[in-house]
Amino acid sequence: MGDQTMIETSQLTKRYGAFTAVDSISFTVEPGQVLGFLGPNGAGKSTTMKMIAGFLAPSAGSAKVCGFDVETQPIEAKRALGYLPEGAPSYGEMTPRAFLEFVADVRGLSGERKKQRIDDVIGRLQLESVLTQSIDTLSKGFKRRVGLAQAILHDPPALILDEPTDGLDPNQKHEVRALINAMAADKIIVISTHILEEVHAVCTRAIVIAAGRVLADATPAELEARSRYHGAVSLTAANTGLAREALARVADIDSIEIDPQNHRITAIPKKGRAIFVPISEALKSQGVDVSELQLEAGRLDEVFRSITLPQATEARA
Amino acid sequence: MNPVRTVFRRELASYFATPVAYVFIVIFLILAGAMTFYYGEFYERGRADLQPFFGFHPWLYLFLVPAIAMRLWAEERKSGTIELLLTLPITMWQAVLAKFLAAWAFVAIALALTFPIWFTVNYLGDPDNGVIVASYLGSLLMAGAFLAIGSCLSAATRNQVVAFILTVVICFLLLMAGFPLVLGFFQTFLPQGVVDAIAGLSLFSHFQAISKGVIDLRDLIYFALTIGVWLYATAIVIDLKKAD
Repeated sequence: MGDQTMIETSQLTKRYGAFTAVDSISFTVEPGQVLGFLGPNGAGKSTTMKMIAGFLAPSAGSAKVCGFDVETQPIEAKRALGYLPEGAPSYGEMTPRAFLEFVADVRGLSGERKKQRIDDVIGRLQLESVLTQSIDTLSKGFKRRVGLAQAILHDPPALILDEPTDGLDPNQKHEVRALINAMAADKIIVISTHILEEVHAVCTRAIVIAAGRVLADATPAELEARSRYHGAVSLTAANTGLAREALARVADIDSIEIDPQNHRITAIPKKGRAIFVPISEALKSQGVDVSELQLEAGRLDEVFRSITLPQATEARA
Repeated sequence: MNPVRTVFRRELASYFATPVAYVFIVIFLILAGAMTFYYGEFYERGRADLQPFFGFHPWLYLFLVPAIAMRLWAEERKSGTIELLLTLPITMWQAVLAKFLAAWAFVAIALALTFPIWFTVNYLGDPDNGVIVASYLGSLLMAGAFLAIGSCLSAATRNQVVAFILTVVICFLLLMAGFPLVLGFFQTFLPQGVVDAIAGLSLFSHFQAISKGVIDLRDLIYFALTIGVWLYATAIVIDLKKAD
């Protein structure tokens, strides 16, 4: 019974009157996978997550968490799931400790197990220093961490985190990503984000959605390979003109872009050609003084734009 | 632990987390006392009962209970905690019931703190304590009905002021439906059966019936049904409005 351990959606759809917010989305996520939900604001990421979490009822289709249908077995599905809603809401007048105890009680944790789980999440999210302050008085970063603590409190097999690092500073982002990576091995994790570097940092798989539809479902590396910068070579030379002359001798270069600010040169290869070795040889033979030379994997932001805004990129090209 | 109990406890504690609860209780006690002694002519009547005290409760509740009820769901929706609460392993019905019971318990605490007036009337005379107990029960049931109405309207909006005003208006209409003034007006053009039906809908008539000391099953059913129907409506409204 493989589907006992998965998050599974089938033709999941949400309509508001004539407007379709989520349009027949189907996917499965297995333990060990961290699925990143990417998409512009209003693409339907949060709506999809709310349906899986059992907050919104689907207009059509179904969602299952660890084998439990969110509509017909909502309580079992909710038990198996940890959920961080968008904005990490919590009861502001409570202290983090009282709030976590409340969530533990509703989730049926008791005795030694309850104490041990609360201590565990307090340690993992470093909440010791704010345990007795009301949540209203906490910084945005701490509020988010309280929300995350609540989501992982019952050590669920499946986690849905809606923008888990939104509003955190770079150090806190790093910690939250480390936390997600540490849990990734045996859990099913779905996160939504519009921060593309996050996809690299934590996701093993990315689904790009826009206007409620799945536009791409691939690993981050596969997505990058779609970029026209995939296999491109960037370099910074002391004499830009000399470097351009050297590059003109490399046959497989399709086009050359120069950053107007720092004069960094990017050479884009013809489709399917490798240009790193020819370029480095050409530069060496011409005696060009290069301070930096880098092979690019591809630029996710560019792929993201070209997937979600096809009309805009066509117009530019 | 049962999730209803857990949510109930959290809710009740949240009332006392801010000074608002204490302010509410103080205002309730002062108004209840003032109305009884000044407008109700508690002493002047020369009778050992609490009729003047309970007679003002519908009017006190008309403004104070919606003030409690308005935050029930409107605040959850505004702060987004409704999404947290309803994705915990708890059914909608449990959540609605737990929050309602917590608000009702809060009103019960305020009502219980009026006990000195019971002592006073027992010290001054020899009242029928059975009637007083029945009146307390009727008063609590009426507050519950107001709260259930307020719960539903609070679920309909994230603006607490709107929830408050709507609740006051509906509670006012349900109270007034039992007054001779209103019934007399209807009597001029409606058949007696319809007028009786309107009177039967009134919170006021049922409260009065109980506070006379006669606990009639029909009055209890009326309040239970009123509370049940409005709480059921609360769950429906939450379901409908969740997405906004």
